[in-house]
Amino acid sequence: MSPLCGDFFLPMSGVLRARLALEDGWTAIGRSVGAAGTTGGECVFNTCLSGYQEVLTDPSYAGQIVVMTYPLIGNYGIVEGDGESDGPQVAGYVMRECVRNPSNWQAGETLPDWLAEHGIVAVEGIDTRELTLHLRNQGALRGVVTTEALDAAEAVARARAVPPMQGRDLTGEVTVAVSRVEGRGELTVAACDFGLKQNIVRELADAGCRVVRLPATATADEVLDLRPDGLFCSNGPGDPAAAAAGIETLRRLSREAPDLPTFGICLGHQILAHAHGGTTYKLKFGHHGGNHPVQDLRTGRIDITSHNHGFAVREERVGGKRVVAGAPELEITHVNLYDGTVEGFRHVERPLFAVQYHPEAAPGPHDARHHFNAFVDAMRARRSVDA
Amino acid sequence: MPRREDLETILLIGSGPIVIGQACEFDYSGTQACRALRDEGYRVVLINSNPATIMTDPSSADETYLEPLTVESCRRVIEIERPQALLPTLGGQTALNLARDLALAGILDEMGVELIGANLEAIERAEDRERFQALMLEQEIGVPRGGFARTVEEAVNVVAITGYPVIVRPAYTLGGAGGGVATSEEEFLDLAAGGLRASPIGEILVEESVIGWKEFELEVMRDRADNCVVVCSIENLDPMGVHTGDSITVAPQQTLSDREYQTMRDTAFKVIRAVGVETGGSNIQFAVDPNTGRQLVIEMNPRVSRSSALASKATGFPIAKIAARLAVGYTLDEIPNDITGVTPASFEPSIDYVVAKLPRFDFVKFPGANRRLTTAMKSVGETMAIGRTFGEAIQKGLRGLETGADGAFDPAMAALADDALAERVETPSAERLFEVVEALRRGWPVDRLRVATGIDPWFLYQLERLAQAEAEASAGAPSGATAADAMRSLKVAGFSDSHLGRLWGRTEADVRALRESLTVERGFKVVDTCAGEFEARTPYFYSSYDPGNEARPLAGPKIMILGGGPNRIGQGIEFDYCCVQAALALRHAGHRVIMVNCNPETVSTDYDVSDRLYFEPLTIEDVEAIVAHEKPDGVLVQYGGQTPLKLAIPLHRGGVPIVGTAPDAIDRCEDRDRFSSLLASLEIPQARAGFARTAAEARSEASRIGYPVLLRPSYVLGGRGMIVIRDADELEHALEESLRISGAHPLLVDEFLENAVEYDVDAIGDGERVVIGGIMQHVEGAGIHSGDSTCWLPPRDADPDVLATLADYTRRIGLALPVRGLMNVQYAVRGRVVYALEVNPRASRTVPFVSKTVGVPLARLGALVMVGGRLDDLGLTEDPVPLAVAVKAPALPFAKFPGVDPILGPEMRSTGEVIGLAADPDEAFRKAMLGVGVDLREALAGDVLLCLAEEDREAGSRIAAALLKIGARVTATAATREALERRRVSVRAVEREVDPAGPVRRGDFSLVVSTARGREASEEDVAIRRAALWAGVPCLTAIEAADAAVAAVEAAAAGLEVRSLQRWEARARC
Ligand SMILES: Nc1ncnc2c1ncn2[C@@H]1O[C@H](COP(=O)(O)OP(=O)(O)O)[C@@H](O)[C@H]1O
Ligand SMILES: Nc1ncnc2c1ncn2[C@@H]1O[C@H](COP(=O)(O)OP(=O)(O)O)[C@@H](O)[C@H]1O
Ligand SMILES: [Mg+2]
Ligand SMILES: [Mg+2]
Repeated sequence: MSPLCGDFFLPMSGVLRARLALEDGWTAIGRSVGAAGTTGGECVFNTCLSGYQEVLTDPSYAGQIVVMTYPLIGNYGIVEGDGESDGPQVAGYVMRECVRNPSNWQAGETLPDWLAEHGIVAVEGIDTRELTLHLRNQGALRGVVTTEALDAAEAVARARAVPPMQGRDLTGEVTVAVSRVEGRGELTVAACDFGLKQNIVRELADAGCRVVRLPATATADEVLDLRPDGLFCSNGPGDPAAAAAGIETLRRLSREAPDLPTFGICLGHQILAHAHGGTTYKLKFGHHGGNHPVQDLRTGRIDITSHNHGFAVREERVGGKRVVAGAPELEITHVNLYDGTVEGFRHVERPLFAVQYHPEAAPGPHDARHHFNAFVDAMRARRSVDA
Repeated sequence: MPRREDLETILLIGSGPIVIGQACEFDYSGTQACRALRDEGYRVVLINSNPATIMTDPSSADETYLEPLTVESCRRVIEIERPQALLPTLGGQTALNLARDLALAGILDEMGVELIGANLEAIERAEDRERFQALMLEQEIGVPRGGFARTVEEAVNVVAITGYPVIVRPAYTLGGAGGGVATSEEEFLDLAAGGLRASPIGEILVEESVIGWKEFELEVMRDRADNCVVVCSIENLDPMGVHTGDSITVAPQQTLSDREYQTMRDTAFKVIRAVGVETGGSNIQFAVDPNTGRQLVIEMNPRVSRSSALASKATGFPIAKIAARLAVGYTLDEIPNDITGVTPASFEPSIDYVVAKLPRFDFVKFPGANRRLTTAMKSVGETMAIGRTFGEAIQKGLRGLETGADGAFDPAMAALADDALAERVETPSAERLFEVVEALRRGWPVDRLRVATGIDPWFLYQLERLAQAEAEASAGAPSGATAADAMRSLKVAGFSDSHLGRLWGRTEADVRALRESLTVERGFKVVDTCAGEFEARTPYFYSSYDPGNEARPLAGPKIMILGGGPNRIGQGIEFDYCCVQAALALRHAGHRVIMVNCNPETVSTDYDVSDRLYFEPLTIEDVEAIVAHEKPDGVLVQYGGQTPLKLAIPLHRGGVPIVGTAPDAIDRCEDRDRFSSLLASLEIPQARAGFARTAAEARSEASRIGYPVLLRPSYVLGGRGMIVIRDADELEHALEESLRISGAHPLLVDEFLENAVEYDVDAIGDGERVVIGGIMQHVEGAGIHSGDSTCWLPPRDADPDVLATLADYTRRIGLALPVRGLMNVQYAVRGRVVYALEVNPRASRTVPFVSKTVGVPLARLGALVMVGGRLDDLGLTEDPVPLAVAVKAPALPFAKFPGVDPILGPEMRSTGEVIGLAADPDEAFRKAMLGVGVDLREALAGDVLLCLAEEDREAGSRIAAALLKIGARVTATAATREALERRRVSVRAVEREVDPAGPVRRGDFSLVVSTARGREASEEDVAIRRAALWAGVPCLTAIEAADAAVAAVEAAAAGLEVRSLQRWEARARC
């Protein structure tokens, strides 16, 4: 067990301590920030330098304890309108140092106050680099952050009690309860909300779309009743293989509305793969950051992209062609230059494409925004055909 | 896209002498480029006039031209080498401007040379501020309001739009030279005129001031396929108005939200694409309004820069190396990231630490200079520090500067009255950070300081917490159950043992002992470009007090080399050259090498120079920690200048094995008493010398020794505070100041050896044998610092007996000490008497100059000797003979310090040097002068003003006559003219005016010779020299230099031949 990290800007004596414990017995003590209590989840690290607010509010992090590799978190406070959902979505949060005196013309609340207010159990004063190397080598691990006076063994036992991410469908926890319309424009997009990030809605709205957010359990009929110009499958948390409802809906839509322009991001991309007979697998520690190079195999062009996923789509070669394993009609269009994993595919004859990463950025680079235009173009093209 | 096959030979232009605004970062980029291009199988031809660089080591390029960086010499090189391409983006502003001139002169087209990296169009779009601004507006990118001027009148018109304060920014200059802020009409007229002169194309940008806005920089790379990445973001602690080179900066940026940062990133890409930099790195500067977040683009540099060196060291992403490979056709995804080995270079580094860069200033050497920091750069070096907290990074950085601070707290500040402090914090200066911290210690609110300084509250809050932590710490050394936590907390915040010792009334050693008893010890973490996401193969470490430790001690026989820290006047790139040579030689000989240094500009801090790099300050605390962890078999302290040498004794006492010359032998040279008894025992003459601790002692010593005397504070470098005293009342004038500088140490009073010729000798010894590497004869007489004087190698006109004596004395000293490794001895020779002035038992400033001139890698051999090699076995038994005649000339920074008297003296002020290499001494001299920007043929063909010291007028008359003979028009000031007339040399009288310097300011002269120093110098003398400086007229301040200049022009042929080092060697061999 690693010793307590010194924390220089307040005396450690008299502050509430919090313990982080992982299922494999790794544990460390730091200082509690945010709410008191105990929280469990899958422990993953994120390498973004800025954008902690977007990370905290990204529904795809539901069920996860996020470790930030950058040591100073909270520098510019909480910025009105920079959230990706109504509030924090992470199960827990781990920082080297949580900044109490932010500075930015937009800064509202401080991060620690905001965490406390939203009941997020978080800890600072942890050697997040040491922890990151551990997670890199061992893979994502279940863990707990607790302010209770548990000893190491008890805390580790709690970590082992956390349900594993495999087999977990978490879309129900983060989707809209009832369908809801956002943005206006002449194109109607039916958006299956598996944990939709706000910036995706912004991008679609900016591109002239009326976005109808549908609950993760929406059926194909509910989608078609909207007579949409396009179908969007959102990002979201959990194991794609377990998102049965979503997979079923998309499978039916691909049969009943084969030429409905379709675009998927992240979990949406994985669920689309499943809907076409593809499969996914769990990555060792996933991709969580804002600096991953993704190459478009058709043009060779590289985008620096925003990532947040623990699972990936399995690929295979059919006649030398890279396709989604089990779904030969889905050809691989994008790969990650870090580890060669699948980052995107398209249907060989239908207006359907999807990417594993986050063209909406937030946080991260805007390089891949062009996908939204491509989606809108596909919808317009379809219209002119119908007309 | 693969490597370009249509290229075979590539020409690379270096950045010339080290000057303010262009330091060794371009040796780092150039060296990386040479290596990268040769690894790709290209033939690399290099031209650079700076002999101290690593890139000009004959092993770096295929053909190395140590020639002046002029269009003419480049033309000759191109004619001889016939390169297909010229890579202009790695040699700073100098290379970029020269490449542009070559293109405009039609030489590149004529010779079929392609500009790669950035073409002429791109260079002009970025560097011509007018075209740049137009381009930005066209792209709808915000820039400060302003306009352009080619005359002062035009400039005044622009002010009508902008109002005051107004910023003047000359085009194509470097380090903000000639630019500044004007708050009033008259300030403006002067500034505008200066700016127009400073700009090589006579154009200035006059623009709205956004002083006080936040300043940011992005380091961007682009490849042929138009892939763009940001390597690093940098935020300036000092807001707009202080040149980025003079600002304390941090990486990554801290105070922009992700949304704001991504907007800035998008803009940066828009800029680099619009400017059209095809491949490589660019640096883009932004100003951000702290109240609205509005972003403006300030400038873009279409080349690698000081900041890209910093960004490379801050992230581990080798910008220059990759830029070179992009220039020959690769795309980012085709280049592996060496650090991970498995991922490509097409990514954006993520870092998990805080980096601080701190500028190093040397104002003390320029009395009379305005110390206010402005838009024109004045710092002479920098240090970088890495920490897990802001406090750790900034406090490490401040100790790394070696300006006496052991952290962010300067005890002297306590003496300042509140109102004095309040006034001080408002002016940006070298001390401002300490002033701000002091103010925070006094409990001044952050907001008050934000208003007073314009520093972003984020930094102020961080500093405030340091102040609070210090206040808590002053309660006393930690004890009891929480002692370990408390101690760790302080160390995590970057407090040094010596600082804590001061707080607790204990010695640094006591604090260390206490710390260790509490097991509060540092660990080391890896700089890996990816925040731990992938395994790093590159061993690049920094220390922190977080628990994790990633540095398993290196296996096998290992030598630790201590570098030289930040560049400063007197200690610069020469020492980095030596450290790097040592690393290469030792690795080649099978040792593992550990490098410790904290200067981001250098090659030594390139992670692949040694087996392991620790980027840490060179203080005893930081070095001891690394030694304790690595337990090296030997530590090499003699190559980094005074910095590591100072650590020799303390390390030795701590039982650390020091290789080479023994610490005690080092002490025998450094300690004045022991030194003079050493000389006495060897029967080597020395100047009479004495000590004084009080004014009275000084007076009696001076009269005992006899005037003139030389006052020198002890334990200083670069002749700091040294002055020549001619008589008793001159002594009175100087005493107070000298005693003050000397402080606790005694003031040394030496007999000043007048009219003596000075020699520098570099030698190498192994205890059995001493080989003389080279004997340099100074052009200027003793009394002008060896670092500032011009010298000949081999000596131009020396009595053979004298040379024999110099060699003999050097051998005696080398064997007596004994020296194991390199040594440098300085002598003053009067008649036939040879006096030893000082012995430096270490690598000297002239080692690279000598090594290249004689064709023997002295630094490499020295390192091998230090680890036990014998010269016989290394095959160095004879004193080598120079391959050619070499002249070393200094690059002086006076132009950056208006108001300073630009006269040379015993205190060193030059920042860099150039070499002139030729078959005969006169041509060599002319080349050296060309290297520092003086074309003697032109200068001496025009109007020469003589204004000579009494004792120089005899020689002066000869010089005047010779000048007239070669067709110069000679003018003299009254007294000088009289003296010349008396010797039957008639010259013009300078027009009497209210302002005697008027004609000089007006640019009536092409050369000024003004030699009166000390009290002899009248106000007129000084005014004339300042005027020359202001008007950019070459000014010689030593009569011997004038003599040599005339001889050089009389003798040498019109054209100057160029020849590569490799060809000089071949020529010498047969
Ligand atoms: N309009 C302006 N208002 C205030 N400060 C400025 C302005 N333009 C430049 N500066 C300051 O001057 C410094 C030097 O200007 P810059 O054009 O970057 O010179 P250089 O080409 O030498 O880098 C900048 O770092 C910035 O701090
Ligand atoms: N006794 C002396 N007489 C004349 N000149 C001297 C004497 N001592 C030093 N100097 C001049 O001062 C310069 C600096 O002195 P030195 O001892 O070399 O200081 P540093 O340690 O800075 O090199 C020398 O290069 C020489 O020109
Ligand atoms: Mg600049
Ligand atoms: Mg000297």
